[in-house]
Amino acid sequence: MSEFLPNLWFILIAVLWIGYLFLEGFDLGVGMHMLVSARSESDRRVMLNTIGPVWDGNEVWLITAGGAIFAAFPYWYASLFSALYIPLIFVLLGLILRAVSIEYRGKGHSARWVSLWTWTLGLGSFVSAFGIGAALALTSTGLPLDKNGDMTGGPFAWFNGFAVLGGIAVVGFALVHSANFLALKTDGPVRERAARFAWPWGIVCLLPIALWAIWLVVTSGSVLAWVGLVIAVLGAVWWAISARARKEGQAFLALGVFIVIGAAAIFAAMYPAVLPSTTNHAWDLTIHNAASSTYTLGVMSVVAAFGVPIVLAYQAWTYWVFRKRLRADIIPENVPFEAAVAPAAGTVPLAK
Amino acid sequence: MHYAALDPLLIARWQFGITTVYHFWMVPLTIGLGPVVAYFQIRWHRSGDERFYRATKFWGKLFTINFIMGVATGLVQEFQFGLAWSQYSRFVGDIFGAPLAMESLLAFFLESTFLGLWIFGWGRLSRRVHTIVLCFAIGASILSAYFIIVANSWMQHPVGVKLVDGHPIMTNIWAVLGNNTAIWAFTHTVVGSFMVGGMFLLGISWYQLWQRRKDGIDTVGADGRVVAGENPDIPGRDVADHRLWLSSLRVGAWVAIAAFVLVFITGDQQGKLMFVQQPMKMAAAEAACDTTTDFSVLSYGAWNAESCHSVHDVFEVPGVLSFLANSNFTTPVKGVNELIPEYEQKYGTTAPDGSKINYVPLMPVTYWGFRVMITLGGLAALAALVALFITRKGTVPRPKWLMVLALVGILAPFGANSAGWVFTEMGRQPFVVAPNPTGVDGVFLFTEAARSPNVTAGELLFSLIALGSLYLALMVVEVVLMVKYVRGGAASAIPELGKKPDDTDSGIKAPDDVLAFAY
Repeated sequence: MSEFLPNLWFILIAVLWIGYLFLEGFDLGVGMHMLVSARSESDRRVMLNTIGPVWDGNEVWLITAGGAIFAAFPYWYASLFSALYIPLIFVLLGLILRAVSIEYRGKGHSARWVSLWTWTLGLGSFVSAFGIGAALALTSTGLPLDKNGDMTGGPFAWFNGFAVLGGIAVVGFALVHSANFLALKTDGPVRERAARFAWPWGIVCLLPIALWAIWLVVTSGSVLAWVGLVIAVLGAVWWAISARARKEGQAFLALGVFIVIGAAAIFAAMYPAVLPSTTNHAWDLTIHNAASSTYTLGVMSVVAAFGVPIVLAYQAWTYWVFRKRLRADIIPENVPFEAAVAPAAGTVPLAK
Repeated sequence: MHYAALDPLLIARWQFGITTVYHFWMVPLTIGLGPVVAYFQIRWHRSGDERFYRATKFWGKLFTINFIMGVATGLVQEFQFGLAWSQYSRFVGDIFGAPLAMESLLAFFLESTFLGLWIFGWGRLSRRVHTIVLCFAIGASILSAYFIIVANSWMQHPVGVKLVDGHPIMTNIWAVLGNNTAIWAFTHTVVGSFMVGGMFLLGISWYQLWQRRKDGIDTVGADGRVVAGENPDIPGRDVADHRLWLSSLRVGAWVAIAAFVLVFITGDQQGKLMFVQQPMKMAAAEAACDTTTDFSVLSYGAWNAESCHSVHDVFEVPGVLSFLANSNFTTPVKGVNELIPEYEQKYGTTAPDGSKINYVPLMPVTYWGFRVMITLGGLAALAALVALFITRKGTVPRPKWLMVLALVGILAPFGANSAGWVFTEMGRQPFVVAPNPTGVDGVFLFTEAARSPNVTAGELLFSLIALGSLYLALMVVEVVLMVKYVRGGAASAIPELGKKPDDTDSGIKAPDDVLAFAY
């Protein structure tokens, strides 16, 4: 029993991170595409509204992943978050900016207002995607931790090639994944351009994440991770064929298989470490020495067994409710409003 | 000694305080406004009354403007225990992480997903489902508060644990979830949030009714009763508009008054617990140096926390302190000077770094925090009562200063909430996990032992400045947007009100498609 629960929670936390990458992957990518591939304001509105009803629910996957690590592996939570202090502060700044931009962008009516929040939305999405990628890559390859689990070597001791690779990897993946998503969820010029971005540019964008997975799986030698890697590569091939043939549903599904199985392979390659120490492997945080007590893990297992299926059910229902493709020609005109005071009162209207 | 500005502990504490108090400006408005929006939507569905439709849309719009800021700043809350307080996270992880994870899995997922469904679901979901979706989101926001307060209350009063190798290990989740500290803190916090919602409605509706009178739309008849009019040149300024604001104002006032009664009851219960669970916090809240039965109304002094001899009581009410603590007028309440030796005997006299432990919280903060909370809460309730009386004939008086007062009154319950939290959190110092007098020995943690050892003052200063300036900028944006939408009135949330009946060119689009573009 004492072996079973930490294993279960390792898997659950992997599922939460993978779910986050899959769902927020297209949210963050759409944010970046609003800067990269949109050509007009109506393009941008179509793009933003594809994620409008769902992005906030998707972001909770990250919060839950954080909370679950805290509850199930407090030593992992404490060491990882304090070691990656600077990059995670950037992730938070990015996520805050993105969230507020999504909500406030359409609430002002001047061109300057809209353009300002478009930039913060795109940059916020980019910074968060990059930071989360860097953090996950460093989690998988390790940090210079001492015996207590604290990082040594100063505030930037985490910085290395893996951090950069991981950052680029998640940004690249998000760009392709969201292009698939936009091709699937819209009609008109946005759909066209998204499909043209996915193929052939997707190949380039997916290279870093593939490199990360291959490196980790090969160095770990875990059989399970190898199996995952092979399936993920097959998923990527299926994605390439369908993206090229403009089979939008299949392309989205295939890249989904790629990220889900590929990220699972990365977690399998890490196992049983949750955060290796590059200073001394005796100080690795593993599912054994970082875990909460059996009682706490048991309580949380009951909660998860009850909560996770319900969350999956209602989030799936949300996607069903908003399953229609969006088009630019059904955007309602943005009606500016003025202060509800009598014109004679001599007040200056707020909106132009 | 460190220079104060470069002491990582001090910066980390300021950062936690600033980000948390800021977050808790958005949260009470979310919790307080949500149920009111749901109430209006249900009334609209039951009666078909136009004013309730407008109320749902208008208050719902302000709700979403505010909600997103709560979401954005809440991210920091989930992460910052690990970021700046890793030793704390290691110490409490076996217990503290559980309610946080439950919050996101059982409550926040529901709240975020269903609010997205509500915002984008107009015309797409059936009316019935659309209302249920909103109710779920609102219920989840309250459930969310419960789990967070369970976590906080464990820091105030650790229960349900045993000590293994110097670390608390959870033995009973029901004790943690049913912690009496949590029950009263949760109810107190939620009804305190309802006061925020109530005063928000009252202030803004007052402004709108005042504006209608100023523009000559509403007049007052010979009997003093309102004569509601309309001005077809201004979007939304019809007769239904008057009823929208009057209903909102009176609902807001009643909510604020009812909530205050509950705030009083729950606060009293919470206080009585606190006299037993953290006697030093309550003695400091009273600036009671010596054991006494009297409640201080005004005290001053050189409140150096290390000596409690220079506090002068200007005015005290005999017996009231005993009544607050024990429900009688005679049992004395222990003062700071009597408590210090008790704490030293139980929890030690010297910190690991060799310095003497100071068990007395910053008394000016606890003393005034407590009083500001009570005063602002009471003033708000009084104002709501007066507002109900003044508006009994259907509108507000002409004077501008009354309108300004009603708008400023919105801030009072916000201030009360912040003061209460600053009091309860700073009153717990020097502990981050306060010892439970009747609990397991050794389950407590000093704040100075809680921070991340590897995070430098420079990193903390960077994040404090970065987060602080972003928060400041976003506060300006939120207030600007709120003001803009408030001034726009109902038409700001319902663009159709701005259209003249002869505008038919935009009628070709299918409404459910149009409504999918909320952003």
